[in-house]
Amino acid sequence: MAKTLTAAVHGERSDLGIALLRTMIRIRVLEEGIEKHFLAGDIPGFAHLSIGQEAVAAGTCAKLRTDDAIASTHRGHGHTLAKGTSMRGMVAELFARATGICKGKGGSMHIADFSVGMLGANGVVAGGFGLVAGAALSAVQRKTDQVAVCFFGDGATNRGPFHENLNLCAVWNLPAIFVLENNRYASTTSTAETMKIDDVAIRAAGYGMPSAIVDGFDAFAVYDAIGEATARARSGGGPTFVECKTYRARGHYIGDPERYREKREIEDVMTASDPIVRMQATLGDALDAGEFEALWTQAREEFADAVAFARSSPSPERDEAFFGAYVGDRSAGDPVHAVESRERDAFMPFAPNLGHGSQGSGH
Amino acid sequence: MSRTITFTEATLEAMREEMRRDPTVFLMGEDIAKQGGIFGQFRGLPQEFGFDRVRDTPISEAALVGAGVGAALTGCRPVVDMHFADFITCAMDEVVNQAAKLRYMFGEQCIVPMTLRAPDGITKSAGSQHSQALEGWFVHTPGLEVVIPADAEDAKGLLKAAIRSDNPTLYFEHKMLFPQKGPVPDDDDFVVPIGKAKTMRDGEDVAIVTYGITVGRAIEAATLLEAEGIRATVINLRTVWPLDYDAIADAVARTHRVVVAHEAVRVGGVGAEIASFIGEHCFDELDAPVLRLGAAHVPVPFAPVLQEAMYPRAAMIADAARRLVRRDV
Repeated sequence: MAKTLTAAVHGERSDLGIALLRTMIRIRVLEEGIEKHFLAGDIPGFAHLSIGQEAVAAGTCAKLRTDDAIASTHRGHGHTLAKGTSMRGMVAELFARATGICKGKGGSMHIADFSVGMLGANGVVAGGFGLVAGAALSAVQRKTDQVAVCFFGDGATNRGPFHENLNLCAVWNLPAIFVLENNRYASTTSTAETMKIDDVAIRAAGYGMPSAIVDGFDAFAVYDAIGEATARARSGGGPTFVECKTYRARGHYIGDPERYREKREIEDVMTASDPIVRMQATLGDALDAGEFEALWTQAREEFADAVAFARSSPSPERDEAFFGAYVGDRSAGDPVHAVESRERDAFMPFAPNLGHGSQGSGH
Repeated sequence: MSRTITFTEATLEAMREEMRRDPTVFLMGEDIAKQGGIFGQFRGLPQEFGFDRVRDTPISEAALVGAGVGAALTGCRPVVDMHFADFITCAMDEVVNQAAKLRYMFGEQCIVPMTLRAPDGITKSAGSQHSQALEGWFVHTPGLEVVIPADAEDAKGLLKAAIRSDNPTLYFEHKMLFPQKGPVPDDDDFVVPIGKAKTMRDGEDVAIVTYGITVGRAIEAATLLEAEGIRATVINLRTVWPLDYDAIADAVARTHRVVVAHEAVRVGGVGAEIASFIGEHCFDELDAPVLRLGAAHVPVPFAPVLQEAMYPRAAMIADAARRLVRRDV
């Protein structure tokens, strides 16, 4: 039985808890499904799972408005779903279909949904810091009360852009929130081997930025910390650093042989701290077994529907490869269009199975 | 009607007009607000637009360009000054992996209307780390536009076009051009279209295809050649991506002999792209091989005598053209 660190909840707090639990279960079902379909060969490319870390995505995004921005990481399925992207759009993207949220051009590592303020997963560790600093700066320039949230791992805090952007956001008092998912591993290397400190949050002090350290398995704790941070940011109080102590229960990527840790470590952490079990225990009588089971059933149905949608969707037309890098590349008469179509024409005669005006069926 | 103003004043007019026209345009960089820019190219802007829209920044190129991308994704049109073009190297991930790729990777959900201003080029013994012309790297990176003004008119019109462009645009401005004077149209809405070259001078014997500061050197070369009875066309590309291939093909068809010249390193440079285009598409029009001039494949040296030895100047361009006309190649 999981340890219960949060006191029993009632009323609105239990409604919130159920909402957070629903999000965490949807993420878990989505990612277990991604794992299965990746291994079955339905999903090309690379995919990185956040199983074990769901409380951070759920707790953070529950506190954000649709018009607030987030930037995510290569491990971004949870953030994307929690911010409001449809499972259909995500799964179709991962299946490389034309109906994917990025038309099949991004995939797991580069998924984005601007309609819900999701500025993208990022294939570059620490790639999101600048985007978030810029989104926060943009809110100031446009005089809105939007906030921008950067999700990142412990590994990213050893890269230069982390330091440059924290300093910039602090000195300009920007409405940014830095949410560290300290999952104990930077790719395949233990955090203990890559930095000499236990709490990365102390780095924020070096930039004059307030910070909090929270139990990243406890979605309520994350939600509350983000609540303080968003209140500070929206009222002109500047950025906040929130370190969520969590754990990556899967390998760095699907297929990772995980030579760097013992299976036992994963079992121990998840037995003690699985954020879904934790929330169920916290909710106690506020959620009966049938309701808990219904959350899983609904999530599984949602995922099955998304897979069916993806399977019935076409692959992108082959010609789509040549469009979309520039505004104007689809508009005859635009100089970009003229140049890019010249490039396409130069490429086509030598491309296998690809003639001028090819309408590749794709799949 | 036009007025004669410096290149610097032309960029200032462009900034002022675009910042008045669009409240989402803002400017950030090192030494730009209080100091007015190391070349004086931002002087007076914070006084008109405030220090929120003209921001002095930490020396954090990765953050500046990254924040430029983030602001561009969320409704602003940032202009980021790189101080010296050489320092783009400190923000390569932000330019190459973020700015250039996001629109494509995300299935055209977003635009990245960011302008990077990058003072570049060889000047006054600035040495290896403050003298480079790096446009070739960015032409090689799909998703970016690259514009390079040659004179005050270009400076104003291309900067306005870059700011209005919905694509991320690198604006390379040669440091030696800032004080140079030239005519600029009086029209507040004067914009030089991105992707269109300008014929600076017409002549049927040889074409010099070039851009940026080398345009002035090519015009000087054409004047030298004229005294010898050789009539040269000078094409100012203005934009190096998207390239105006039609203007290049037209110049080849009119002259049948082409010199391509730039200050950037010759090997793997924009000139190589132009020369190979001519070889592929205009082969039958050629009376001679295409000659390609660029800096030697060495870092830019400090000693004036060394510095002046390693990039194409007017006499070298004239010599190349002369050899083509005399079939001495």
